[in-house]
Amino acid sequence: MISKNYIKINNLSKSFGDVEVLKNINLEIEEGEFFSLLGPSGCGKTTLLRILAGFEFPSEGDVYFDNVDVTSVPPNLRPSNMVFQNYAIFPHINVQKNIEFGLRKENLTKEEMKQRVLNALKMVQLEGYENRYSNQLSGGQRQRIALARALVKQPKVLLLDEPLGALDKKLREEMQIELRNLQKSLGITFIFVTHDQEEAMTMSDRIAVMDHGNILQVSPPKEIYNRPKNKFVSQFIGNINILDTEINSSSSDNLNLEVEGFGSVSLKNNYNFNKTTKVYSAIRPEELLISKDDVLNNKYQSSGIIKNISFYGESTYFYVQLSNSEKVLMVSNNDQKNSFQEKEKCFVSFDPENLKLIED
Amino acid sequence: MSSSIQKLYFKSEQAKAYTLLSPALILVIFAMAAPLIVMVFTSFNTQISMTEIDRTLTTGRYEDFFSKPIFSMLLFRSVKISFFVTLLTLVTTYPLAYYIAFYVKKNKMLWIVLMTLPFWTSYLLRVFSWRVILGNKGVINSALMGTGMIDEPLGFLLYNQAAVIITLSHAWAAFAILPLYVSLDKIDKSLLEASYDLGNSKFETFWRVTFPLSLPGVIGAILIIFIPTVGDYVTPQLVGGTDGRMLSNMIQSLFGRANNFPLGAASAVLMLTTVCLIAALVTYITKKVSMRMS
Amino acid sequence: MYNKNNTLFIYCIFYFAFLYIPVLLLPIFSFNDSFHMVFPLKGFTFDWYIQMWNKSRLHQALFNSIKVGIIASVVSTFIALFAAKAFTRYKVKFHGLSYGAILLPFIIPEIIIAVAFIVIWTSMGLQLGLIPVTISHILFCTPFCMLILISRMEGFDKSLEEASMDLGENSFWTFWRVTFPLLLPGIIASLLLAFVISFDEFILAFFLSSSDQTLPIYMWSQLRFPKKFPHILALGAIIIIVTSIIVMLAYWLRNLGQGKKKDFSIGI
Repeated sequence: MISKNYIKINNLSKSFGDVEVLKNINLEIEEGEFFSLLGPSGCGKTTLLRILAGFEFPSEGDVYFDNVDVTSVPPNLRPSNMVFQNYAIFPHINVQKNIEFGLRKENLTKEEMKQRVLNALKMVQLEGYENRYSNQLSGGQRQRIALARALVKQPKVLLLDEPLGALDKKLREEMQIELRNLQKSLGITFIFVTHDQEEAMTMSDRIAVMDHGNILQVSPPKEIYNRPKNKFVSQFIGNINILDTEINSSSSDNLNLEVEGFGSVSLKNNYNFNKTTKVYSAIRPEELLISKDDVLNNKYQSSGIIKNISFYGESTYFYVQLSNSEKVLMVSNNDQKNSFQEKEKCFVSFDPENLKLIED
Repeated sequence: MSSSIQKLYFKSEQAKAYTLLSPALILVIFAMAAPLIVMVFTSFNTQISMTEIDRTLTTGRYEDFFSKPIFSMLLFRSVKISFFVTLLTLVTTYPLAYYIAFYVKKNKMLWIVLMTLPFWTSYLLRVFSWRVILGNKGVINSALMGTGMIDEPLGFLLYNQAAVIITLSHAWAAFAILPLYVSLDKIDKSLLEASYDLGNSKFETFWRVTFPLSLPGVIGAILIIFIPTVGDYVTPQLVGGTDGRMLSNMIQSLFGRANNFPLGAASAVLMLTTVCLIAALVTYITKKVSMRMS
Repeated sequence: MYNKNNTLFIYCIFYFAFLYIPVLLLPIFSFNDSFHMVFPLKGFTFDWYIQMWNKSRLHQALFNSIKVGIIASVVSTFIALFAAKAFTRYKVKFHGLSYGAILLPFIIPEIIIAVAFIVIWTSMGLQLGLIPVTISHILFCTPFCMLILISRMEGFDKSLEEASMDLGENSFWTFWRVTFPLLLPGIIASLLLAFVISFDEFILAFFLSSSDQTLPIYMWSQLRFPKKFPHILALGAIIIIVTSIIVMLAYWLRNLGQGKKKDFSIGI
């Protein structure tokens, strides 16, 4: 598949009065991609989505769909369709008429219309619901009707505004899989807005992490997890330990660091930092090893006391207070046979390959 | 390019909003503001003959109003009657609103509809009905005499201030219960449960939690009942007699038989001023009380 | 804790009786074979209803009231619809001021409006009659219609209109296919209730009409004459029944399609 840059956003900013909601956004989204906009409440992701849909007008910048400037094109003329957060099912008409709603201009015959609606309902596994009304549907069913209604128009791009937010956990997880499969089988571009990082990680080809109107990083899920670019991204995705770090010296091959709690650490220099950049060391809980005894031959370890233990089923989280720092580290361990106890002394160690350097 | 288009769009949003509002605003300006202004102006004029009004400005009408005791007396009586009507209506409808808000589980809507239905029937006829009920040959008296409880009809039921007060509390009941009900219904039941949990009795809970929280509705009901009642015409005319006569009856005759438009206008201005002052007072007190509570 | 309260319940029943008895007396006595409304009832008769049927002045008054009522309710609803849209869909500068100003006629005592109106109308040298009555009714009904329509519009989900546009419809088609059908029950409710208000309105009509009477004025003129009085009861009984039906219809419409959120106010 030739990946085309189907959607291009150039230098886009948006302010509401004095409040700057989006700051100089540049983004390219490929055809057929499942792309997520991820960030906390208020970061601007919904506004960005609404600009793509045509409900908001950018203060500056352009939007291109397939090399056509759609910035001032009204929503009813764009090749995109949206699934709204509260589903927006029309209460005064039944499911059949809801799904048919956008097909009026296509001048189909009654049979063609019926067939299209039936196919759409099959796609979301709600055949037989044609005559129901919105108040006779559950939240999950309404969500799927909203999906069917948008997809029946065969759009090039589907915009989804936190569609799974109101569903309970199990249903949400099921829908996540369904949506992903649907997207893969249809091959159209999905742009998905969510604040739930697990959700974004599960479903997306690429994720754009946003905060306060800025895009901080755009990468596939694995890369975001393993190579977060900065402190915010690393803390937003999954659990992570952040340690204060000073760069003592750097050469083209090596970096010599002073890492909080662990002392001197030597790393391969895969980064472009100079001595003045403020950096942190970041390491995931599962990348830390906890042991009762001193790990021989490992330069990078520290002793500490276990402050808290949380049991999560498949893994256990240990909160360890390091001896030579105020830091409390999160360490996770899958070994069911471990017998650590709170207030016990332990050793925490890591492999320098897993230590990531990130900016502020 | 983008920012100037956006500015235009935004500006036109205000323009769009005001275009939509314009019919209503025009209506209010021409049918409400202008007449009120002319009314105030006329209150400073003098009626010379049946059809002529001398437009030279004079405070003569206001002097007339305050020099003849009957006018001030009627104004005072109108306020007094409205006060009692408000009190009586509040006290009698509050329990009903309370019951529907807290004790009715199903079909609350039905109760509300039944409560407010009488309000939609002809006011004129309802007042007349009261005249019949309270009169010498009326329902109460003929029932009491018929069962032999009394020998002579009770004359004090009709053609006095009491009759006016009773009739008006009946008339306003449906109108008053709605704000009361709405604010009582809004109260979070878990607040009451917390109060019991902390050891308060039912009465204490009502007095310390429920009633204060229902105050917005009470204030709303007070204003809704009090203001229009001051200017009521039909009830005093039909059941008030001489004792129950109110200012609007006087005003009506000034525009009818007595034919003194400027004096009538002055009386109306004074009625309006009184009503505004009292409304402002009530609002001010409310603000003070609610500030102290929150 | 809030399961039963028999004292309160009994109080409510008594209070309901107090509310309804004056209203119900009218239909009861309208069938009573007597010129006076006294107990005991004399006998059953349709005479008063038949008498009502023959009074041409009554018919004329009825016709006038219907005429004024229809015009007032249509114009008020129209004006109120636009105003409601302005307040709910746009950020209006001087929101509070405009809102209060439009509501004003509903709040101040009616007699003041009547006085102000008669003063300006006569000082402009115009004739009293059904026209000033209708205008004053429009002034009086519009705030009420606006409250009904605003509450209806506030319950209206904005994203429904956006969804319609997203699915390909422009402003006109969106209004026609989504906004209007959803507002329709509220519009009809507004028309019905405004009509009832205008139909029953007395004081403004009393001040501002001349030889053309509205129905309430006709009734007022008949109240003094015992012989003519009973047919007013018959008229009143019919008005009560018809009005009740209209009002119940309007209540039902107002809550149509609102789901769980029921509107209990008369617009407050």
